Amino acid sequence: MATAPTLPHAAHKGGFYASSNGKKALMAVTGAVLVLFLVGHMLGNLKIFLGAGSFNHYAEWLRTVGSPALPNRTLLTIAEIVLALAVVLHMWSAVSLARRAAKARPVKYAAKRKSQAGGYATHTMRYGGVIILLFVIWHLLDLTFGVVNPKGGDATPYDRVVAGFDPSRWWVTVFYLVAMVMVGLHLRHGLWSALQTLGLAHRYAALKAGSAVIATVLVLGFVAVPIAVMIGAVK
Amino acid sequence: MNLTLKIWRQNGPADRGRMVTYRVEDVSPDMSFLEMLDVLNERLILEGDDPVAFDHDCREGICGMCGMVINGVAHGEQRATTTCQLHMRHFEDGAVVTIEPWRAAPFPVVKDLVVDRSSFDRIIQAGGFISVPAGSAPDAHAIPVPKDDADAAFDAATCIGCGACVAACPNGSASLFTAAKITHLSLLPQGQPERASRAKAMVEQMDAEGFGGCTNTGECTAVCPKGIPLDTIARMNAEFLKASSK
Repeated sequence: MATAPTLPHAAHKGGFYASSNGKKALMAVTGAVLVLFLVGHMLGNLKIFLGAGSFNHYAEWLRTVGSPALPNRTLLTIAEIVLALAVVLHMWSAVSLARRAAKARPVKYAAKRKSQAGGYATHTMRYGGVIILLFVIWHLLDLTFGVVNPKGGDATPYDRVVAGFDPSRWWVTVFYLVAMVMVGLHLRHGLWSALQTLGLAHRYAALKAGSAVIATVLVLGFVAVPIAVMIGAVK
Repeated sequence: MNLTLKIWRQNGPADRGRMVTYRVEDVSPDMSFLEMLDVLNERLILEGDDPVAFDHDCREGICGMCGMVINGVAHGEQRATTTCQLHMRHFEDGAVVTIEPWRAAPFPVVKDLVVDRSSFDRIIQAGGFISVPAGSAPDAHAIPVPKDDADAAFDAATCIGCGACVAACPNGSASLFTAAKITHLSLLPQGQPERASRAKAMVEQMDAEGFGGCTNTGECTAVCPKGIPLDTIARMNAEFLKASSK
């Protein structure tokens, strides 16, 4: 009668989310939620090119959609809760996996480890994520709450955007552009990575090219607005 | 050719260890990397010094024993090559070569460049097998295997367990090694009965040993002397998720 081998290190039984693969799956799914949000956010932003009326009306619609059957801000509140949860869980799994990785290599290499796989974006994920987080905090204070916006929170969304990216506040625009490049790099690796983590990746050349295209389109869509304001195309 | 070697020396597991510089002269470009180290060691022994300890066995690239990080790259910069099959003609005369052991908490240094890879054995013990009644070998065609599956399983089965994937991974992850075995067995009919329990047990053991998680950097497959493909890790992830949802 065969018996199972006894292992000196008994495998831990911490449940799905204690395993590295479970955390990765959580990272992939929450990342996917955030990507869907980015697509919607980017498309919404582009309404600014249709004029102040269209843009402000869209912002108003987000607050009143479903009315009067649903109370105001129903969709927005649900989205806010889902997004906040996704961000927190995405960060939790990232921090937890980064700590596990640090523990797995307590002694570093003396020679500089030469990347053999290339893939610059891959190595920006952790610090890039921190930059994106700082940006999101600023972005909410600037354009959502208006706390750091010259026009304040009571101005129309259109006025806040135009004032926020005024050439005199060029450093805000620069920060925005840097953050969008980090988002692009994050997606460049994150998009195909999520499929790999969920066990759905097969044709890597096509997958990586697709990730690069989607990341580039999103970044261009996002930077179009501040650049348009800066050069005076939107005022 | 003459070389300057910077080699990690560590007397034992408890020693702190340090990089030590050696000169090696009259190295033939036809020598393998290990033969070059043999030359150094012969001189060290003659001088009454302690020779540099390194693992090696077959010296023909199929056993997975030799492994060292050469100039920051596991098994050196030559692709799909074990250290024993790396030849000195790939180095320039007068080059400075840094040689370090695999660096990972689950691969403790035994001495100098020798690490203990028992953690890999325990991952295999956790599920990297099939349970069959022992006896005379069955006919080779008793269980039909589709050719594509056989090829993909074989690609994964070429893993020699050298540990370069862990050494190269910025996270110290053993995902490529574990995935290779899970892929190999999950593709074959003989591996089906234990398919789900294997994926779970091996991934859990990999975690329990203290390896890091995979962030899909692809460094592992780039240094793998057998070129184990990255899609094995996708298969492992799929197998683990399927097994966990049961």
